[in-house]
Amino acid sequence: MYNQTVARLTYKALLGRRRALLLFALPLLLLVVAVAVRLLGDVDDDVTKQLLGGFAMATIVPLIGVVAGTGAIGPEIDDGSVVYLLAKPTRRAGIIITKLIVAIGVTVAFSAIPVFLAGYILNGNSQQIAVAYAAAAAAASVAYSALFLLLGTVSRHAVVIGLVYALIWEALFGSMVPGARELSVQQWALTLAQKIGGSGAGITSEVGLTMGVTLLAAATVGGAWYASRRLRVFTLAGEE
Amino acid sequence: MPSEPHAGTPVATAGKPPGQRGEDVIHNIGYRNYEGARLGRRYARTSLFQQSLRGAYGLGRSAKSKVLPMILFAVMCVPAAIVVAVTVFTKAKEMPVGYNEYVIIMQPVIGVFIAAMAPQAVSLDLRFRVVPLYFSRPIERSDYVGAKYAALAAAIFVFTATSALILYVGALLAKLDFGDETKGFALGLVCCLVFSVLHAGIALAVAAATPRRGFGVAAIIAVLTIPYMLVNALQAIVASQDNDPAVGWLGLASPGSLVDGLQSKFLDGKHSFPGGPPDLTGAQASAYALLTVLLIAGTYALLLRRYRKAGL
Repeated sequence: MYNQTVARLTYKALLGRRRALLLFALPLLLLVVAVAVRLLGDVDDDVTKQLLGGFAMATIVPLIGVVAGTGAIGPEIDDGSVVYLLAKPTRRAGIIITKLIVAIGVTVAFSAIPVFLAGYILNGNSQQIAVAYAAAAAAASVAYSALFLLLGTVSRHAVVIGLVYALIWEALFGSMVPGARELSVQQWALTLAQKIGGSGAGITSEVGLTMGVTLLAAATVGGAWYASRRLRVFTLAGEE
Repeated sequence: MPSEPHAGTPVATAGKPPGQRGEDVIHNIGYRNYEGARLGRRYARTSLFQQSLRGAYGLGRSAKSKVLPMILFAVMCVPAAIVVAVTVFTKAKEMPVGYNEYVIIMQPVIGVFIAAMAPQAVSLDLRFRVVPLYFSRPIERSDYVGAKYAALAAAIFVFTATSALILYVGALLAKLDFGDETKGFALGLVCCLVFSVLHAGIALAVAAATPRRGFGVAAIIAVLTIPYMLVNALQAIVASQDNDPAVGWLGLASPGSLVDGLQSKFLDGKHSFPGGPPDLTGAQASAYALLTVLLIAGTYALLLRRYRKAGL
């Protein structure tokens, strides 16, 4: 199923040119802030949690998911070059799976590793906080990649829709309507952090562990399945 | 050499009265000069403003491009209507949300609107290389930039002020104090105005830098929200360390918290900075005002500079 050539092309599309600039800038910002906070004041577990939970998990991870997830397939569909790929005798499910694996790899690399480093810089992994948030970021990356890859195949405005979900749903409604929090990838992923973090860390999540992991897996598999279905019925003629 | 009737006569027809034009040129293919009224620079400028403003809400464009602005407009107004309903039915003595506060709370929605509409206003002209066509009309560079800037600022103002208006009408229906509410509403409109002009400038400066619409949308969202989220997280950290002055200084670092701080000091509102009430000091307040003016002037200058080269 995994196709080397498709993977190489996707890596090139994701890590070439301006898209890479955004991918590198976001984690760098997180690390700079972590260093600055560390240098400025005494850092305890609460501060680490505020920065990793309130900024890294809420902003950086979804944004990297949007950039990498939609970027893996969106531009190709947008400029029409996906036609050349689809005309080749490769299974379309294979194309989606390859692109998904690449997107997951890129998202995990650019979100989980910086989150771990930032946590380590802030409080040296006391109470396992750095590991906990890195695991949550990795789990969220997998689900975000699948969901935003799906969005890329569904709509031409995938980036806008993805940003609306990431910012309005998870940040705005999540803070005002408690029920919305249960339907958020971020909260599902935080169950992992809750489990891994030490008892003194006090990381909380809205859903239980089994529930969170099940929902994450369902979102990932469902997203990938529907994306490959969308690609299978992809019409070669332009819509407009 | 046979003497042609045209020989020796200049081709130019200037100075001839209309109607006799073209009698002495080699080929008269019937082109005529435009002789109607010339509407001039001012007309072109207002037209550009009008078209851009209408375009921001999808008016005069395809049905598909009306969907997003209208949905966002509804998302912006419906919570205001809910707030009004709650106030009327619970017979509250005052609104649960102030006029200024509402704008600050709804920032993510406004941000998406700005991010979707600013590239539409300028990036498409760049992408399809029609900017030189604008400048072949009597308008100047400053007219184009000014019209686009004013149009986007007006679009954002309409977007934010409408919900303030809903709150105001609701407050009057709920028989709240007329004087208080009118004063709050007037200050709320000023807050909307500052917010609109500042954000329009930032968004246009980013959008004009790229001819790709999708990239522009993402870049504007990033510029508006990442600093805001970052400032919020940092302010919460600083507040928990009881370092109150730093909370105010940190607020300078994002457009959203900048407007929040400004309205709390000058427009009679409450800021939503973590750590609660301590107000901005005098020095901080003047820094906020100065930075706002600098940002507005700076983004306008950047835009003017961007369009200096007509070929682009």
